[in-house]
Amino acid sequence: MSELVDRGGQEVVGVSRIEGPILVIENAGNLGYDEVVEVIDSTGHMRRGRILEVSEKMAVIQIFSGTTGLSIDGTKVRITGSTLKIPVAEEMLGRVFDGLGTPIDGGPVPLTNHFADINGQPINPTSRVYPRDYIQTGISVIDGMNSLVMGQKLPLFSGAGLPHDQLAAQIVRQATLGAPAGESAKHAEDFAIVFAAMGVKHDVANYFKNSFAESGALARVAMFLNLADDPPVERLITPRAALTLAEYLAFEKGMHVLVVLTDMTNYCEALRQISNIRGEVPSRKGYPGYLYSDLASMYERTGRVKTSKGSITQIPILTMPNDDITHPVPDLTGYITEGQIVLGRTLYQHGIYPPISILPSLSRLMKDGIGEGQTREDHPHLMAQLYAAYAHVQDVRSLASVIGEEELGEVDQQYLAFGKAFEGKYISQSFTENRNIEQTLNIGWDLLGLLPKEELTRVSLAEIDKYYKGM
Amino acid sequence: MSERIGTVKWINGPVIRAEGSRQVGMMELVEVGEEHLIGEVIGLNGDIITIQVYEETSGMHPGAPVFGTGLPLSVELGPGLLRSIFDGIQRPLPIIEMRTGSFISRGVHLTPLYRKDRWEFTPVMKEGTVVTGGEVIGTVPETPSIEHRVMIPPDISGTVTWVAPAKSYTIVEPIARVKTADGEKELTMLQRWPIRRLRPYKTRLDQSIPLITGQRVLDTFFPLGKGGAAAIPGGFGAGKTVTQHSIAKYADAQVVIYIGCGERGNEMTEVLQEFPELIDPRSGHPLMERTVLIANTSNMPVAAREASVYTGITIAEYYRDMGYHVALMADSTSRWAEALREVSGRLEEMPAEEGYPAYLAARLAEFYERAGYVRTLSGEEGSVSIIGAVSPPGGDFSEPVTQHTKRFIRCFWALDKSLASARHFPSINWLDSYSEYLDDVAPWWHKATDQNWIGMRNKAMELLSEESRLSQIVKLVGPDALPDEQRLVLETSRLLREGFLQQNAMDTIDAYSTVQKQIGMLALMLYFHDRAHDIIKMGATISVIHKLPVVDTLIRMKTQIPNDKLSMIDEIHEAINAQMTQLEADYK
Repeated sequence: MSELVDRGGQEVVGVSRIEGPILVIENAGNLGYDEVVEVIDSTGHMRRGRILEVSEKMAVIQIFSGTTGLSIDGTKVRITGSTLKIPVAEEMLGRVFDGLGTPIDGGPVPLTNHFADINGQPINPTSRVYPRDYIQTGISVIDGMNSLVMGQKLPLFSGAGLPHDQLAAQIVRQATLGAPAGESAKHAEDFAIVFAAMGVKHDVANYFKNSFAESGALARVAMFLNLADDPPVERLITPRAALTLAEYLAFEKGMHVLVVLTDMTNYCEALRQISNIRGEVPSRKGYPGYLYSDLASMYERTGRVKTSKGSITQIPILTMPNDDITHPVPDLTGYITEGQIVLGRTLYQHGIYPPISILPSLSRLMKDGIGEGQTREDHPHLMAQLYAAYAHVQDVRSLASVIGEEELGEVDQQYLAFGKAFEGKYISQSFTENRNIEQTLNIGWDLLGLLPKEELTRVSLAEIDKYYKGM
Repeated sequence: MSERIGTVKWINGPVIRAEGSRQVGMMELVEVGEEHLIGEVIGLNGDIITIQVYEETSGMHPGAPVFGTGLPLSVELGPGLLRSIFDGIQRPLPIIEMRTGSFISRGVHLTPLYRKDRWEFTPVMKEGTVVTGGEVIGTVPETPSIEHRVMIPPDISGTVTWVAPAKSYTIVEPIARVKTADGEKELTMLQRWPIRRLRPYKTRLDQSIPLITGQRVLDTFFPLGKGGAAAIPGGFGAGKTVTQHSIAKYADAQVVIYIGCGERGNEMTEVLQEFPELIDPRSGHPLMERTVLIANTSNMPVAAREASVYTGITIAEYYRDMGYHVALMADSTSRWAEALREVSGRLEEMPAEEGYPAYLAARLAEFYERAGYVRTLSGEEGSVSIIGAVSPPGGDFSEPVTQHTKRFIRCFWALDKSLASARHFPSINWLDSYSEYLDDVAPWWHKATDQNWIGMRNKAMELLSEESRLSQIVKLVGPDALPDEQRLVLETSRLLREGFLQQNAMDTIDAYSTVQKQIGMLALMLYFHDRAHDIIKMGATISVIHKLPVVDTLIRMKTQIPNDKLSMIDEIHEAINAQMTQLEADYK
């Protein structure tokens, strides 16, 4: 440690190149990889940066707030001898910060001597607690078909112009710890909410702020805002700063934390920009080869650990460029997260809210969060049956578009009716409607009543006897 | 053991360059910085040493020391491997937890195997025996299901001068001495082996015994031979991990090595919490007792991801050498390939396809060729089967990792997103998948079940591919336009899809099917088809067939017939016979 203290405060000169947010400095032997430096321009103004690459002869520094006004001569780099750390404290709930964790709500800097490295450390798989407690969001498509579990990372895949912000706000507002159908929800304290905005518009940030205020949650929310006109490089820090606070609240203070990150696509573009300037070998669509590891270093900071009763549940939001789910950002995200909720444009055009495309959506942790003792014993089979039936509806629809609805067989006609009712009654609900798990499950059985019994091969005979309402 | 060999000059993520000794060897294990972070030499140029570091390098600065060990990166082999969970470079995660809490700090130095445990050693070799590498000195009951056979290291041969008497020993206490050409050597139960060097064996044998996984679509339709290699490619959400987990649970391998390579932390935790409670249907002991887990989750250092598959395969070969059948699952090999790409990018190597280094294919080949059914040095038979998951970007199988992998495996289990969307699991597409082991394992099936397995399997495949052709027509004109004979093909294929190919990993009865149940079910469906076919020829319509009560029975029998009550298959056979005979009477 003594060595680090010794180096702190030293100043180095000798900037040799400035390009975009990148600054290259020579004769910088004392800088450490990934450390933070303070860059002072000729007017004495200070900005912060981070070391991306270092050798005895030079160092590559990424400046968070941009390089405007920096000159080759007259710029000094002050060594801090430490990686990027932010203060963390419970009092940060109810506050608003910029993308680097500095307060921008006019309030004081959080008073604490607890500083945490924004990169965090990987959770030891042996120390994790496997997530099994479902969160009731009051939204049928999520609770019934793609349950969210406490400690899960479940992203919203959306597109420009789709109501992902409303959906995220509704989830945040309605989320409670789930209870078996018919029982009232366990008495649990409310979720703490950590919200990080990367490159979103002012309106979006305001929308969330107002929505939190309306539901009376504002005192439980910490907001980290890097808006569309803020420096892109800062965006690389924003989600990490937010997650660092979330980890503190969850694992040291035992709170249940919901983390909303929006919009991950902007984050990835900032990463691509830096990678590009550094001349790295690109992989797909110009994104760097380490995009997967980089995203994982954030998404994996979710879960529960043995030593704390708290949890981190992540809901990252990303917009798929051109609604393309195979684009590297949604694609790599889907490989890391435990499922995805996909919003669909066709449903939205039909006036259905929330426009969640059932078939590509998935919750991987659902299987252990539902069923007897958690929701209801018929839930797993009911879910599989609804999925299978709705998948068949798509086939019938495409057939009907060729041969006409009148030409369809009797059973296929029933499927068409089921599909319509499913979208109208199950998927569709209002922005303020909060359905409990029992209502959601019962609507599912009501709809299956539109299909003949012989078609229901995914549910057991006993379940048909108990719940089936058709003929 | 470690002396200073150089000084750090350049740092870029997990790759560093140091200047120093010219005595350092390629692939030598080194320690970097004051914290002694573990690294491996991957390039030498004059006195510049390029090192990949297996831990986070944040805060390291030029001028930091580099220490050499003189040894290649190796794994520790000995009793205590089973039931363990290691990181990519074989550090025991539970001990790291005791040291540093719920989060993994860097610079933790731990021996992979616990030195203080005592193991009951029983010698099986007499003093004075002339031995060569691989021969068994003695045995240790490592877990109730696996007897650990302590072997002479492959590179040692000579005369045994002393063997320890039956008693409990730690793995570092001597248990034998061998007089070799270069002097007398003392052996312990603990041995080391470099992870990048394959362990020797006598000869390779044919892969004529299938690895039975209890998964019907795999065993019956696309079997993997013991000692073979298979790939499971699929986009996200297609069910790679669930399939890998099912195989790890039910495969008839004696030892299972599960490598979570760049995957989710919660999934490793699931295995860790589930396996000690699940009972192996064959041995009757908890599954964990035959399992070694290696976890490099996606947020753990990327260079260790590259090492994790080698760590796993070396442990697999070690148990193979004892004469066991080992199954190794690597989930996912794409993350390993990406780790190669990342390190290669930082070295500024010339990329080939999609940024991957040109040696990607060579590395994949090296890895998959470590699978095999062999006669071991001690004359036993053992095997390592590799099942590698592949995660192609966008689910597009034309990308480099999938394409190169296809050249080195003989069994391709293609996962299909549209099947997964309809919740058809395991979502293995029967038209895109293939197995080149069919003819190799056919004799085994005939002997085990006394039925014409290959004939039935091919007949069922024929029906399914016919269905795929017919469904193209149905999409254009609707099913009613087809003649009833063809609609029967659609009906039987539906039975095969829903009643046979679909298998519910969460259902206690359905999760695992014995080969007898598999072939019994298949026979019933084909029998149904043949009888129905005859009746349709007599003039019956498909709707009459569709309404037979036995159709529902056939679809539900997978969850109704436990593996130990196969007499129910005969009852269903009788029911088909009775219902069909009655129909026949109507149309005569």
